[in-house]
Amino acid sequence: MASNYTDRQLQGTYLFDGQMAKKGYGLNKMCYSFNDQVARDEFNADPEAYCEKFKLTEAQKEAIRNRDVIGLLREGGSIYYLAKFTGLLKLNMQDIGGLQTGMSTDEFKAMLEKNGRGEV
Amino acid sequence: MANIIGAITTSHIPAIANAMANGLEQTPYWKPFFDAYPPVRDWLNEKKPDVIILFYNDHGLEFFIDKKPTFAIGVADEYHNSDEGWGIPTIPPVTGESELSWHIANSIVDEGFDMTICQEMRVDHGLTVPLNLMWPGHQYGHVKVIPVCINCEQYPMAQPWRTFELGRAIGRAVASYEEDINVVVFGTGGMSHQLDGERAGFINRAFDIDCLDKLVSDPEALTKYTNLDLVEQGGAQAVELNMHIAMRGTLLGKVTELHRNYHAPISNTGSGLMLLEHEMPK
Repeated sequence: MASNYTDRQLQGTYLFDGQMAKKGYGLNKMCYSFNDQVARDEFNADPEAYCEKFKLTEAQKEAIRNRDVIGLLREGGSIYYLAKFTGLLKLNMQDIGGLQTGMSTDEFKAMLEKNGRGEV
Repeated sequence: MANIIGAITTSHIPAIANAMANGLEQTPYWKPFFDAYPPVRDWLNEKKPDVIILFYNDHGLEFFIDKKPTFAIGVADEYHNSDEGWGIPTIPPVTGESELSWHIANSIVDEGFDMTICQEMRVDHGLTVPLNLMWPGHQYGHVKVIPVCINCEQYPMAQPWRTFELGRAIGRAVASYEEDINVVVFGTGGMSHQLDGERAGFINRAFDIDCLDKLVSDPEALTKYTNLDLVEQGGAQAVELNMHIAMRGTLLGKVTELHRNYHAPISNTGSGLMLLEHEMPK
């Protein structure tokens, strides 16, 4: 599928376009379901079965198992829905930032402080 | 005639709601952020606007990517928040304003903005956090809110020039409403931030401050950016600046800056609070 949004090099950025929306549909639909406590409980009781219910691909299941946020983005996850998955794991945005950048949460927070002061 | 008396930009991140729920406003991390709000609250309490038009983006509460409106407007008398996946406590409903909402919808669809019109719409932190910031303790029930939701999640997204034009069309719609009411417009979200990818944590303080300057004196300059320019300059979620740009579009007359604060980081974002006073064009 053609994408009009890959003509620019935005390193370390995953633009959620039509191609990704199609690829990640089941994954994002599963994460959207986590708005409901009943769904969160069902996932926690049997993650594999719950992934199967939304027909996740093997690569998506693997990334869910490993809490591999970058892998989930590559497999079509949108950060807004993935945030509901990581919320279920009790991870906040700085924890997720650390996971994606290979830093500890404290290192990631220190980077945010530095960036916030404009020391880039 | 309905009168837009001013506009406000504010952050809307969920961490703010948690900080308020836990009474953390005066802790060292949050103090520089929250200390900027009282002058804006005082202005609102003095001016007592009847209606707030609030530009926000839905982060996967009401809308999923099965059907994702580019622009949506609420026309209900009441809106509810709901669990967004973190089990946050349910908060009081938001009061709507269906008559002016329908008037705006009629007017801007006639102008060519093909809105999704919603009689039921769960509103997420993008809308509720700004209201709670302005009226802490969820004391916002007296003010009528018109939600305008802009897709900031899935490409293709409306470009900044288009969201600015949407704002202008809404500004004209308000000016053509006969009832004598006072309206304040909120542009929420932003500013620079990136939540996803190896580039997560990106913040561009200089860019944010330049955007705040341009929102006051040269908004047309912001409409020259494409969404990908915003991503490059401000990170993946800087496309939320479209809500600020739409807000500025509604201000068709004279604009005066009354208050400003920029603070970064709050969670992963650059946070810009600005209060603009507006005089309707003659």
